[in-house]
Amino acid sequence: MTISTSTTHEASAAEGARPATLGEIPLPAPAWSRLTRKVFGHRGLTIGLCLVLVAVAVALLAPVLAPHDPYYQDIANRMVPPVWHESGSWSHVLGTDKLGRDYLSRLLYGTRISLVIGLVAALISGVIGTTLGVLAGYFGGRVDAVISYIVTTRLAMPVVLVALALASLTGGSLFTVIVLLGLLLWDRFAVVSRSVTQQLRDSEYIHAARTLGCSLPYILLREVLPNITGALIVVITLEMAHAILLEATLSFLGMGVQPPLPSWGLMVAEGKAYMFFQPWVIAIPGIALFLLVLAINLLGDGLRDLNAPGGRS
Amino acid sequence: MNAILSAEAAPGPSPLRDPHAGSGEIALELCALSKTFTLGGGFFRQGRTLHAVNDVSLRVPRGQVMGLVGESGCGKSTLAKMLLGLTTPSDGDVLIDGRPLRGADQKKLARHVQPIFQDPYSSLNPRKRIEQIIALPLAIHAMGNSGERRRRVAEMLDLVGLPKRAAQQYPGQLSGGQRQRVAIARALIMRPDIVICDEPTSALDVSVQAQILNLLLDLKREFGLTYLFISHDLAVVEHLVDRLAVMYLGRIVEEGPRAQIFGAPRHPYTQALLASALTPEPGLGVPDIGLGDEMPDPANPPTGCAFHPRCPMAVDRCRSSRPVLEGVRGDAGRVACHLA
Repeated sequence: MTISTSTTHEASAAEGARPATLGEIPLPAPAWSRLTRKVFGHRGLTIGLCLVLVAVAVALLAPVLAPHDPYYQDIANRMVPPVWHESGSWSHVLGTDKLGRDYLSRLLYGTRISLVIGLVAALISGVIGTTLGVLAGYFGGRVDAVISYIVTTRLAMPVVLVALALASLTGGSLFTVIVLLGLLLWDRFAVVSRSVTQQLRDSEYIHAARTLGCSLPYILLREVLPNITGALIVVITLEMAHAILLEATLSFLGMGVQPPLPSWGLMVAEGKAYMFFQPWVIAIPGIALFLLVLAINLLGDGLRDLNAPGGRS
Repeated sequence: MNAILSAEAAPGPSPLRDPHAGSGEIALELCALSKTFTLGGGFFRQGRTLHAVNDVSLRVPRGQVMGLVGESGCGKSTLAKMLLGLTTPSDGDVLIDGRPLRGADQKKLARHVQPIFQDPYSSLNPRKRIEQIIALPLAIHAMGNSGERRRRVAEMLDLVGLPKRAAQQYPGQLSGGQRQRVAIARALIMRPDIVICDEPTSALDVSVQAQILNLLLDLKREFGLTYLFISHDLAVVEHLVDRLAVMYLGRIVEEGPRAQIFGAPRHPYTQALLASALTPEPGLGVPDIGLGDEMPDPANPPTGCAFHPRCPMAVDRCRSSRPVLEGVRGDAGRVACHLA
């Protein structure tokens, strides 16, 4: 890379008169190949991305992949063990539950519930938290004091207890769980976006935009927001994983997703009476939950590394 | 001052003015401008008042370069922020092309006054392409369609000495000097009359500083610009300015034409600053500026002349009464010193 800036007294001269005065800026490699090289150079990101893609594919293709109807109760074939067990069979690869429903099919459909809850709850709380955080960070002063008070109040509430109480008031359902988690998990978005915005507020490009007479929404949406997405992407993945685990918790406690929906938390709850003699009944959905949360966290860490602006150069 | 404030606004400047026309006009006038901040006030106790900028009056003639020097913390940057409309003055006003700044619309102000900031690494949004950054003023002021804007950006890139393809790059791909050229292009694309340069070269390598200063001078000649050039480096200012104002603890202590300030400085602070300027002679080392102590706490300024605790020539009078900035007989400048 040779940057040879030299005097530019001929600034107003004709184009052809001064090729020698210009710095040679190397052309960047094509964007796509740079991106793929970065993604696959990061092991955690590669693993996380692959697992998440698998989960998304499974969720989308569940009707095609599932060998049985996840709600069909085959009473004659209850508690069939998985295929690696000596009495297992290929007709129910992961066995059946206490009502004779095919475990693999329920597991595949359960991916849909976990992903939808994680995604929608993280989006709702992302919008709430980022709005509050950016406003607090940008304006400071009294706005900041009020919003910080709200955030502190929210942080003082134990999420599981509040969610349980509210779910028992409204009655658990997929919709309630999503809305509840969306309204409860915004605190980290607010804290992170507030502190990042505070750092940006006094940077000179914000001053430059203000001197130009840019409107407040323009400054917040076009100058501030793009520069805090790196931090927010990490929070989104963290909160997605958080929401998925909380849904499992609530469903396990009976206040979340209701039967017969194939939620993984519910599957663990339904299997807990059998865990000493048929441990796979809770091990299988537990492992699925663990892998999905791990994958999302790996993806978040990787995206943060990738998204650092310095990485562009 | 009232007469100035009530004076009818001058007709709007044409975007491409002959640089030599109307050189007697005043482009920028600061009238008893002050900015105070309150520190550490609470419910029960009164906060302390900090006079960041205190009763500053200054006239910048059109087409000239007014330098403003002083130590860090003396209020230079607060002054710049007020001129750019980023903070409102506590008292006094600024006349830009004869129009008062107070209550002016930020967008209208932006067409007359534009900044070039100190740090080219933080003055460009790292998420935008150079083309978007330079065209932002046009986009915000709804000037031209996208094709015209692109053409103007190409013109400006050419003018500041950047290759055309820089338009498609991100700030992270450019060097410090190249970024500062981008910042200059953004400041000038709307053809303002006045450019506030807040230490535009202090973050750059010495070799690049000269290029940027030359570029600024070329552009000034071409567009007939007026500069307020803020710096802490007298060596930079010496080759650039027509007049120079020296600031100490929020006040102007001396102001005058370049030759006079550099040739025969009257205020002891100016003399000390000049003596402290680094000379490229080897073996001399960093000169002792002979001021001893650090600058006093601006929230708790000394009585009388604010400079007296560090002044080698201070007499009793300096401790009790504050000297007024006034012209000296047979001089084109003003100085605030009892002994001048």
